[in-house]
Amino acid sequence: MTKTDIIIIGAGPCGLFTVFEAGLLKLKCHLIDALPQVGGQLSEIYPKKPIYDIPGYPSILAGELVSNLMEQIAPFNPDFTLGERAESITQDEAGIFTLTSNKGTQISAPVVVIAGGLGSFEPRKPPLEGISNYEDKGVDYMVRDPEKYRGKKILIAGGGDSALDWTIELADIAERITMIHRRTSFRGALDSVEKVTALAKANKIDLITEAQAIGIQGSDTLESITIKTKEQEYALAVDYFIPLFGLTPKLGPIADWGLGIERSAVKVDTLDYSTSTKGIYAIGDINTYPGKLKLILCGFHEATLMVQSAFKLIYPDQKLSFKYTTVTGIAGLE
Amino acid sequence: MDDNNIIKISVTDRDGKQHLLEAPTDMNLNLMEIIKAHELPVEGTCGGMALCASCHCYVESDHELKAASDDEEDMLDQAFYVEDNSRLSCQIKLNNELDGLSIQLAPV
Repeated sequence: MTKTDIIIIGAGPCGLFTVFEAGLLKLKCHLIDALPQVGGQLSEIYPKKPIYDIPGYPSILAGELVSNLMEQIAPFNPDFTLGERAESITQDEAGIFTLTSNKGTQISAPVVVIAGGLGSFEPRKPPLEGISNYEDKGVDYMVRDPEKYRGKKILIAGGGDSALDWTIELADIAERITMIHRRTSFRGALDSVEKVTALAKANKIDLITEAQAIGIQGSDTLESITIKTKEQEYALAVDYFIPLFGLTPKLGPIADWGLGIERSAVKVDTLDYSTSTKGIYAIGDINTYPGKLKLILCGFHEATLMVQSAFKLIYPDQKLSFKYTTVTGIAGLE
Repeated sequence: MDDNNIIKISVTDRDGKQHLLEAPTDMNLNLMEIIKAHELPVEGTCGGMALCASCHCYVESDHELKAASDDEEDMLDQAFYVEDNSRLSCQIKLNNELDGLSIQLAPV
């Protein structure tokens, strides 16, 4: 088990900046994030979009802001557990929390900060009645091992790069690939679109456009998917259905941690952004309080005040003397 | 505020309840923002960049709307329950021509 001073759930901009403010108080941080990369929404949803309301930056690309934050916190050597979702949390008699990830990683610390944004990113699941009964029994939301599909009949749904790329990749492996998409045009890379169109022309795959999956059938495992096109509705017999509709944030397990949740957000005290559980704080998009604004700059402010409170909780007998970094820089603090 | 720049919009929520909203057209607002301002259940996760589809709605009146951009269509590809009259409300800029617009929130 890894020990640290502050566990930060979520490696988005607020989580990252928390490392800096905590570092100034010589508190060590460990970040955990469900995504394989840092930056949260900024990296996953809009890395190339400019942000205009970061003080001091008339305009900065979201991806650049994340890189800058990583540079800013590097001196404090935070630990990262990426690609794992914070699943459960326990507290011992001494008040120390132990966080367990969905992959069994355990981290312990006296303070936990939830900087989870809108939740952890999960695949968008098509709203087909009963689809959850077939998860891992024929329905896969991501491709982990292409060999699994050797000699099988596969239906891939979606119009983006992952749908196109896996259709190309699996075309030689599977017995037959059918790809369905809502429109006739695709949003993926042009090169991939051309490859998929060529495969369809050569009758290597079945490409069905202006079509959607509307039903799912099977006794124990998946047997067929109902497809609706402009002309007809029919059941296509398949071994696997791979819907690839991107990722969307879901609050997830945090909702069951016994914290005050209001409209998918964690209620906090604006004095220090503490939750109803002593030692657990919530900052950024995931918290709510009267007058809350979901802005990165507000999250930075929340992180700063929160670590002062965390310090007092960890070291109740030490006097905290606030230092301006303009006087000393961060030398000697890291 | 100039009364000439206020329009009425009808929003049907996911329970089928109709809400009549008054919206200013001189504040550079989009439809998602005015729906959210009335605390109707639209997430607007990405803040209006056509990047999340959480403001997906159906346009029910026959107003002439600016056609959806490629970005909007691309995002609708990742949404569900998409119909011919599907739009992302964040991509609909409010103007005086939209007086009487009627929309329904798409299921989530």
